[in-house]
Amino acid sequence: MTMPFYVSPEQIIKDKADYARKGIARGRSVVVAQYDQGILFVAENPSRALHKISEIYDRIAFAAVGKYNEFENLRVAGVRYADLRGYSYDRADVTSRGLANAYAQTLGTVFTEAQKPYEVEIIVAEVGHDEQSDQLYRLTFDGSVGDEHGFVAMGGAAEAISAQLQEQWQADLDLPRVLQMAVAALSEHGGQGPRALEEKQLEVAVLDRSRPRRCFRRVSGPELSSLLTSE
Amino acid sequence: MRPGSSFFDFLQEHDPSVMPSGTGPAGLDAPHGTTIVSCRYAGGVVMAGDRRATMGNMIAQRDIEKVYPADEWSVVGIAGTAGLAVEMVRLFQTELEHFEKIEGATLSLEGKANRLATFIRSNLGMAIQGLAVVPLFAGYDQGSARGRIFSYDVTGGRYEEHDYYSVGSGSPFARGSLKKLFRAENDAETAVQVCLQALYDAADDDSATGGPDMTRGIFPAVYTVDARGAQRLSEDDLHVLMDRVVAQRFRRPDGPVAEDPTAEETSS
Repeated sequence: MTMPFYVSPEQIIKDKADYARKGIARGRSVVVAQYDQGILFVAENPSRALHKISEIYDRIAFAAVGKYNEFENLRVAGVRYADLRGYSYDRADVTSRGLANAYAQTLGTVFTEAQKPYEVEIIVAEVGHDEQSDQLYRLTFDGSVGDEHGFVAMGGAAEAISAQLQEQWQADLDLPRVLQMAVAALSEHGGQGPRALEEKQLEVAVLDRSRPRRCFRRVSGPELSSLLTSE
Repeated sequence: MRPGSSFFDFLQEHDPSVMPSGTGPAGLDAPHGTTIVSCRYAGGVVMAGDRRATMGNMIAQRDIEKVYPADEWSVVGIAGTAGLAVEMVRLFQTELEHFEKIEGATLSLEGKANRLATFIRSNLGMAIQGLAVVPLFAGYDQGSARGRIFSYDVTGGRYEEHDYYSVGSGSPFARGSLKKLFRAENDAETAVQVCLQALYDAADDDSATGGPDMTRGIFPAVYTVDARGAQRLSEDDLHVLMDRVVAQRFRRPDGPVAEDPTAEETSS
C-alpha cells in the first residue's frame, strides 16, 4: 500500500493557481473599454454561436475568457441572479456590485473546495448615466475582485494588449476610435505575431447609455464594417 | 426547450414564495380589470384597454394600466383580478426576457402564447375561488409578417382568433362594435380608431368599463405591434384620435353606422 505524500496547503493553492492561469492564457483575448456613450466589448471569437460576451440585465453585461462550459455556467447563474432580484424587488435594485460579489463567492468556493479550479476570468460591466458612474469589475479564477477604470484586457496576451491600450486609451473617445484601438491591439498581440483580424473573427457588443431600458446591443454586419472603417 | 431556460420553472424550484399564486377565501372582494380589445390590420395588430378597475359597484382605480408590452414583438392585455393579473404580466415579461438572454434567441410567437397558457393554468386554484385572470395576447409573427391574436379561458385553454377579439366585462358590446367596423385592409390608424370606438361602445353599455375621461385627460392605453415592434401610441396622437371619436358621437351617440349590404347588391 502506498502512502500519500504530504503536500503543504501553500503548494496546493499554488498548483491550482498555476493550472488555472495556464488554461486562461491559452485562449484568445477579450477587451472591454469605456467610450463616451457607453462601454465596448470586443472579443476575438470565430464562433457565431458560442458567445464570450452577453447581456445580463438592463445595464449590465458580461464578458469572459477561458473554458466555455465553465463561464457559460457562471453566465446563466448571473442571468438568474439578476432576473430573480429584479422580479422580487425592482429592476433598479439589480446592480453590478451585487452580481460581482455573488460571482466572487462562487469562484472563491470552487477554487478552495473543488478538485479543479474554474479556468475562467470574467468582467462584469455596468453602464451608468455618465462616464464617471460606469462600473467595471474584473474577477479572476480564485474569486478576487478588481475594480477597474477605462479599459481591461484579459485572456491570451492580456498584458501586452493592456500595455498597448495604456498608451492610446483616454476618456471621452467616440465608439469608432475605441473599437479600432481595441481591434488593433488584439491583432497585434493576439496570435503568434501581428496579423489582420477580419470582421467574422470578431464578437463585438456595446452597453449603450442612450438606449431606453435594455442597453446591451450586439454590433455586427454592415454596422461593424462601417465602424471599423470610419475615420 | 433546454432545461433551465425558463424563469418560471426556476422560480418554482428556488423561490416559490415570490410567485403570483397562493390561496385565499372564496368570494374575496378585489379590484377587477375590465375591457381589452384587439384587432388586426394589414401588417400588424392593435391592442387597447380602458383604464378602469372596479370593486363591486365602486371604481377602484380610474387610471390603471391593463395593456403591457410583453417583449419587443408582443403585447398582453389583462382582464380579471387586477392584482394577480399585473403580477402575472410581470412574470411573463421576465420569462420572455430570461429565455432570450439564456438562449440567445427569442421564443416564437406560438411559444410565447403557450407559455402564457401555462401561467394561467397555474392560477386555476385561485380562479375557482373567484380570482380569475383572463389575458389577451397579440404579437407580430415575423415568419408570416402579420399580426396574430390569442385568447384564453380560465383553465389555460388557448385559442387563436382570426381578426379581432375582446375580453372582460364590456367585451360583448366591444365585440359587436369590432364586428361592425373591422376591415382586414385597414391601416394602423384606422385600426386604432376601430378599437377606440369599440371601447367607447363597451363603456356605453357596461358600467365597469371606463369611457374617455375628457376632464382629467385619461384615455385608453393603445399599443400597435408591427414590423417595427411594439409601440405605445403617444398621448398627443391619442388625444387627436379620441377627440375625433367624441366629436363624432356628438353627432351620432350610437357610433358609426355599418355599411348597408343591400346598397352594395343593388349597385353591382
